[in-house]
Amino acid sequence: MTALLISLLIFGAGAAASLAFAKRERWLRIFGAGGIILGSVLGLVPAIGVALGAPPQSLRVAWDVPYGSLYLRLDALSAFFLLPTFLISALAALYGTEYLEAYCGRKALAPPWFFLNVLTASMAVVVLANNAVLFLMAWETMALSSFFLVTFESEEESTRQAGWMYLVASHIGTAFLFVLFVLLGKSNGSLDFDRFSPASNAGVLFVLALVGFGAKAGFVPLHVWLPEAHPAAPSHVSAVMSAVMIKTGIYGLLRILIFLGPVHAWWGWTLCIVGLSSGILGVLLALAQHDLKRLLAYHSVENIGIIALGLGVGIVGLSVDEPFVAVAGFAGALLHVLNHAIFKGLLFLDAGNIVHATHTREIDHLGGLLRCMPGTGVTFLIGAAAISGLPPLNGFVSEFLIYLASLKGSVSLGASSSVPMLATISGLALIGALAVACFTKAFGIVFLGHPRCEGAGHPEDVNLAMLVPGFLLAAGCVLIGLLGSSVVRSMGPLISTATGLPSILISRDLIEMGNSVARVGQFGALLTGVVALLSLARSKTFGRRQISTAPTWDCGYASPSPRMQYTASSFAQPLTESFGMLLQTREVLTGLEPLFPQRAEFHSHTDDPYRRYFFQPLFQSVSRAMASLRPLQQGRVQLYVLYIVVTLLVLLLWQLA
Amino acid sequence: MAAPSLFPLIAAGALAPLMQSVIIRTKSVVAGRAGQPLMQPYWDIWKLLHKGAVYSHTTSWIFQMGPVVGLASVVFALTLLPFGGFPSLSAFSGDLVVFAYLIALGRFFTVLAALDTGSSFEGMGASREVTFSAFTEPALFLALAALARQTGQLSLSLLLAAVSPGAWSHAAPMLSLTLGALMIVFLAENARMPVDDPTTHLELTMIHEVMVLDHSGPDFAMIQYGAALKMWLFATIIIAVAAPWRSGNRWVDTAVGLMGMLILGIATGLVESTMARLRLLRVPQLLLVAIVLSALALAF
Repeated sequence: MTALLISLLIFGAGAAASLAFAKRERWLRIFGAGGIILGSVLGLVPAIGVALGAPPQSLRVAWDVPYGSLYLRLDALSAFFLLPTFLISALAALYGTEYLEAYCGRKALAPPWFFLNVLTASMAVVVLANNAVLFLMAWETMALSSFFLVTFESEEESTRQAGWMYLVASHIGTAFLFVLFVLLGKSNGSLDFDRFSPASNAGVLFVLALVGFGAKAGFVPLHVWLPEAHPAAPSHVSAVMSAVMIKTGIYGLLRILIFLGPVHAWWGWTLCIVGLSSGILGVLLALAQHDLKRLLAYHSVENIGIIALGLGVGIVGLSVDEPFVAVAGFAGALLHVLNHAIFKGLLFLDAGNIVHATHTREIDHLGGLLRCMPGTGVTFLIGAAAISGLPPLNGFVSEFLIYLASLKGSVSLGASSSVPMLATISGLALIGALAVACFTKAFGIVFLGHPRCEGAGHPEDVNLAMLVPGFLLAAGCVLIGLLGSSVVRSMGPLISTATGLPSILISRDLIEMGNSVARVGQFGALLTGVVALLSLARSKTFGRRQISTAPTWDCGYASPSPRMQYTASSFAQPLTESFGMLLQTREVLTGLEPLFPQRAEFHSHTDDPYRRYFFQPLFQSVSRAMASLRPLQQGRVQLYVLYIVVTLLVLLLWQLA
Repeated sequence: MAAPSLFPLIAAGALAPLMQSVIIRTKSVVAGRAGQPLMQPYWDIWKLLHKGAVYSHTTSWIFQMGPVVGLASVVFALTLLPFGGFPSLSAFSGDLVVFAYLIALGRFFTVLAALDTGSSFEGMGASREVTFSAFTEPALFLALAALARQTGQLSLSLLLAAVSPGAWSHAAPMLSLTLGALMIVFLAENARMPVDDPTTHLELTMIHEVMVLDHSGPDFAMIQYGAALKMWLFATIIIAVAAPWRSGNRWVDTAVGLMGMLILGIATGLVESTMARLRLLRVPQLLLVAIVLSALALAF
């Protein structure tokens, strides 16, 4: 615990130093980023130890806040969530030192470094807190610091909009959490987590947690803030938010599940339904986007859906006492938390490289970047294959575990319990196929072919500080893909904390799963070897042959131009049309009217259907209803003082009576 | 479980192009032509392997990786399948997921190689390929899950070995629905009629052939050979479900399997000769039928 406390203090010092050295760019970079990197590396040591099975540690300090206590506890679950938090934050900070250079002189750089330090510290406290008051304070600090990071480029109208939306969504979620913790505290007489015991109203509490934490995690339909806020933030902040911060929602849900006692099957069903809708809608909306960072943000919704599917399957398995299904479901979901942090962090940093080099996020303007940005291209390819769940990379390992859980469940469970299993199998298959479609689009259009727009011609690859984090994360994708079995086998303490199953049972199931995953790893290594051999054989045979180059064969057309290439929108069009009912893509075609049409224009745009058809009408009607209260807000101080006096008087009279 | 055997892999490697030949010969006979020699696909691959190559200025190393990864992923998927009386080279719990995702891996790189040329034709083919796979993958998974639920096995080789004449006698409706779904998946994944036309090269309607338009020489040989193996892959599953007789003698069972392959090849040829390609907008509806069939199979 001491190491963790010191690392929290280092984040604090980093934040303070960022403010102190606000005017000295060089020191600001060193202290701002250094605090995060040093603190994270130091914090990783105990986190790894406890995640692998060292005994839990706790620390309790007296505190004056009512019902609050400065009570931190590091158990396997907290430790596991600390891993991606520290890993991604440190790499993002390293990346940020160069990324923020572009704003040097134009904007004050002290606030982003200050808030990034605060954000990292608050995320760590969120997963460490063992008292509801402390938890909510850290939760709120996390929301506010990330709000200020999102609105870094506040001169843009769209960024301010995104920031407000994020702030509102975040607080609606927090409101549910307040109710949740008040109910828990009322029935248990304390707000310390270890005093919470199974309650009779567990169902209500589960729904409150699902909504409150779901708003942070980005479950559909509470995801609407996510595709706005994540693209608006600077890329290294998008990476931290998308890869780590939204996972605190998953952490909260898991933590609450521990308090609620024996699980009910309908919780699992609910999570499966939430997972299916988040997964499928997330990837479909991603497919319809032509802004690279928005596309990635929607993929976070998709991956949160996959995590929810794993949890749902696991909970159904727990409820019918089928330990293998439970263990595999939870293991898959938790491993996907880590995996998604790695590949989504990687993809957002690469997206940052692209924005840095080309100054555009519009996929349809880009093309051929693999030639001029080889480092970014290779890592993006690895990230794209990993997020599509392809072997031999890490995304496949966690999805494989969820498949295994639901296949096992569908084989061994009765008719009704196997319905969510089969829905999960077909849903994951659909999500997987659509993710392949989406990332062949993203990589194929951005990195292959010719630039589709003047000016995006020959950007240069970014420098080393921006490439190294990507290389490390890409190596992580490969390593977990090949050595997944050791990771799976070491998840025993974690699963036992999360599910409460006896650890003998868990380790037996984990060894069985580990055997399958080991075979997957062997397959991956052999496959890589065979691909290398085939490539070698290929280049050997070509050594003596006549190789020539020519323009791409376009069926005899004489003057093809880069503008005639397939674009992201045209690539995705058959799919967006097939699923048009869900997406409601709007298309505007003008200029093809007269017999001899002149200049034609075509736009297509896919709004978020929940935002457009649910939240906008909802908030408009709320604001109409509230308009009648507007006379109360006159903006005159005397009036507000009057309100306070009246309130006090009323309270006083009520107390007297 | 029986010791792993290399035989299924060798049989596939040696005979897969012949199956394509059977389809072509069937079509020729139906059309009243003599048709090409049965060994022609082998000569074609041999000839391509000895040629040079032409590359587009636009392409990068991704274009050259496409055929390599495509072939390697199909070969690894083959190691999971038994053939005749011979067990597969590799089998473990959940390998059917690996099977489906290896095919997805091949598709990922084939599609990227197509996009690498910057040609709008190949973009079109790539776009259609990923569109249709969004329907075939759930259908394939549901069909395999139906078989897994029926047999209680999570490994492809055990699962296929567990389908027996006995299983057909008490679960015929479920197995025939699964078979129907697998047949549609087989036609769609291998770019056959009524989903795709394997014979045309320059028509706006094709999918697989247009994606490989710019490949030449040994690269194209790898693609052709990979396509033959992929067809063998899906055919093996269909034959194992449709003709589950086991005599106990490996060679007799292998003969039954080869006979099944021959019949499936002729049947595919007949489908191609008698059906027109569906309009592109109708294809997802056909593939939805496959999903519905396998979902119904699960309900039985």
